[in-house]
Amino acid sequence: MSILINKNTRVITQGITGKTGMFHTKMCKEYAFGADCFVAGVTPKKGGQAYEGIPIYDSVKEAKAQTGATVSVIYVPPPFAAAAIDEAVEAEIDLVICITEGIPVRDMIRTRYKMQGSKTRLIGPNCPGLITPDEIKIGIMPGHIHKKGPIGVVSRSGTLTYEAVGQLRELGLGQSSCVGIGGDPVNGMKHIDVLKLFNDDPETEAVIMVGEIGGSDEEQCARWIKDHMKKPVIGFIAGVTAPPGKRMGHAGAIISGGKGTAQEKLAVMEECGIKVTKNPAEMGKLLKSVL
Amino acid sequence: MKIHEYQAKEILRKYGVPTPRGIPCFSVEEAIAAGKTLGGNVAVVKAQIHAGGRGKGGGVKVAKSPAELETYARQIFGMQLVTHQTGPEGQKVRRLLIEEGADIKKELYVGMVVDRGTQRVALMASSEGGMDIEEVAAHTPEKIHTVFVDPVKGLQDSEADDVAAKIGVPANLVPQARTLLQGLYRAFDETDASLAEINPMVITGDGRVVALDAKMNFDSNALYRHPDIVALRDLDEEDPNEIEASKFDLSYISLDGNIGCLVNGAGLAMATMDIVKLYGGNPANFLDVGGGATTEKVTEAFKLMLKNPNLRAILVNIFGGIMKCDVIAAGVVAAAHEVKLSVPLVVRLEGTNVELGKKILADSGLPIISAVNMADAAAKVVAAARG
Repeated sequence: MSILINKNTRVITQGITGKTGMFHTKMCKEYAFGADCFVAGVTPKKGGQAYEGIPIYDSVKEAKAQTGATVSVIYVPPPFAAAAIDEAVEAEIDLVICITEGIPVRDMIRTRYKMQGSKTRLIGPNCPGLITPDEIKIGIMPGHIHKKGPIGVVSRSGTLTYEAVGQLRELGLGQSSCVGIGGDPVNGMKHIDVLKLFNDDPETEAVIMVGEIGGSDEEQCARWIKDHMKKPVIGFIAGVTAPPGKRMGHAGAIISGGKGTAQEKLAVMEECGIKVTKNPAEMGKLLKSVL
Repeated sequence: MKIHEYQAKEILRKYGVPTPRGIPCFSVEEAIAAGKTLGGNVAVVKAQIHAGGRGKGGGVKVAKSPAELETYARQIFGMQLVTHQTGPEGQKVRRLLIEEGADIKKELYVGMVVDRGTQRVALMASSEGGMDIEEVAAHTPEKIHTVFVDPVKGLQDSEADDVAAKIGVPANLVPQARTLLQGLYRAFDETDASLAEINPMVITGDGRVVALDAKMNFDSNALYRHPDIVALRDLDEEDPNEIEASKFDLSYISLDGNIGCLVNGAGLAMATMDIVKLYGGNPANFLDVGGGATTEKVTEAFKLMLKNPNLRAILVNIFGGIMKCDVIAAGVVAAAHEVKLSVPLVVRLEGTNVELGKKILADSGLPIISAVNMADAAAKVVAAARG
C-alpha cells in the first residue's frame, strides 16, 4: 500500500509539449512502472500528435475518456496554470498535481473557490510532486534517492524533502510515499490532509513532517495528530533564524490565530506530542528513535 | 513589490476611496510650491519611504504656516529616517508628500490581506487607528473584526456596513465607509495586491470618511499583467544586492552575519541558515539559486556574497535533484577562478551525479573544504569563519 498513487495509477500530463513537461515526463516514464502509468498528454491544438510514445489530446476531458486516467500533473506556465487546474477539475480528475511555480495568488483564490464541493484533490501548486518509491513518481524529485519502506514524508519544500529522504536512506529506512504539498500561500492539500491518509495506510509506520515559517497549517495539523494519529510523527520547521517575516505574512497569520514563526510552530507541535528537532541534519535519526 | 504612500493613494482614488488632496515632491522647492498650490494654512509634510513607523521617526510633521512648511520640508528631505522597520542605518528621504491638513475626530484601522486558512481576501478592521495591527492583535484581539470576502460576489453592502458600525463609524457616515471599503477591495482585487492598509482611516470634523494614510504591496507573481504598477517601483528603496540578485533570478536576502550561504531551494536554504546558527555561526545571507542554476548564476551568486566586507567563510549546500552536482561543482570552480576567493569555502554536495561533482572539486586544486553532510558542513564552516 501507499497513499494517493501506486503502480496502477494512470496519469495525464498537462503541458506535455513544453520544455519542462517534456523533460520530466521522460524522467517519470523511465522510473519504475512509469512506462505503464503515463498514458496521455494534453496540449490544446496538438491533439493527434505523440511524445515518447504517449498520445497527446486537445483536452483533459478527451484524454480521460480515451485512456481512463484518473490523475493529472501540470507543467503549464504560470499565466495559464490555474485555468489548467480548472480544466482538470471540470473533467472530474481524482487527483491534480500542479508543479508550476509562480501562479498569481488571485488566480488560485478563484480556482480554489470553484473547487468547493468538487471531488478532485489538488497537490501544489509550486511543489515537487509525489512519489511512491519503486512504483511511480509524478513530479520533479530525483527518483534514485528513494526506496520502498515504511516511512511517510510530507513537506512544503522540495530540496528539504530530498534532504529528509537522503537521511532516511543513510539509515536504511525506505518510504511508503513522499508528498511535496508546495510552498504557496493558497494551495490544495495541507499537512493535515496528507497525515490523515498516512494514518489510514497500513504500510506507513511513522511520518516525517517538514514545515516552514508562515501560516498556521502545521499547528492545525499538530492538534489533529494529538487527537487522532496512531503512528509516531516527527517534525522539523525551517526558518527558526529567518529575519522577522514580511508584514504580509504576519498580518495573514494574525487572522488564523498564530504568528507563523518557527518557534511557535515547534512549541505547538511539542505540546501535541510530536518529537521535533531544530537540527535539519537530524530528521532521519530522530525518526529512527521513535520506531 | 512595495510602493509609496502617494502612489497607493493615486491608485485608491481611482477606485473611489477619498483621500486628502496632496502633491508628491522631489525637492524642497517643489514642496514649497505644493504648499502654495494647496492653499490654506495647515499642511502636512510626509516623508515617502517604503518602511512604516515614519511618524514616530520624525518623518511626518504638521505645518501651520508656509514658513513652517519650508522648515519641515528642509528638515525631512534628505534625512536618514530611522523607524522600527528600517534598521539602525535608516532610509534616505528622497520624496515628500505635501497634503492638506485634516480635522481628525476619530482614527480607525482597515486592512486587507490574503488569508491562507480560508483562501480568501480578509478585510480586517479595528477601532484602534494609528496603531500597528500586530499590537492590537496581541493585546486586544477582540477589537479586530474580520470579513472573508467571497471572490465572486465581492465585498457586500451588508458586510461593509456591519464592519463599519462595529469599529465605531457613526450611523450617518456608514454609507461613506461602505464606499471606501468596497473601493479598497476592488483596488486590492484588480491590482493583484498582497496587502492594502489604511491606517488611519479617519472621521473628520465636517463628517467625512477619509484614507489619511495608505500602504499597498503587490503579488510579484502577478506583476507581468500590471505594467502600470511595475512602473511605480522605486529602486532607491531596495537593497542594491537584492536588485542585482533579481537580475539573475537569484533569491537573495542580506543578513547581518559573516557566513555566506549558497543553497538550492528555499526550504533547504532556510534550514541551512538554521543549522549554521545552531552550530554557533551567523549567516550573512539567504541565497536560493533555484532549480536551474548555471555556471553564470553560481558565479554571480559568489560575486554577491563576496561584496560583503564582513564575510569570513562561504558554505555551499546543494542537494542535487534535477540540478546535477557536476554542473554545480563546475560552476563553483569557474566562479572561484573568476572572483578570486578570499575566504574559506566549504562545499557539501549530495544527490544526482554526486561522485562526479566531488571529483571536479578535488581535481580543481582549489582549497575547498569538503563536507559529507549538513551537520559536518555547518561545523566546518563555523570553525573556518572563526579562523
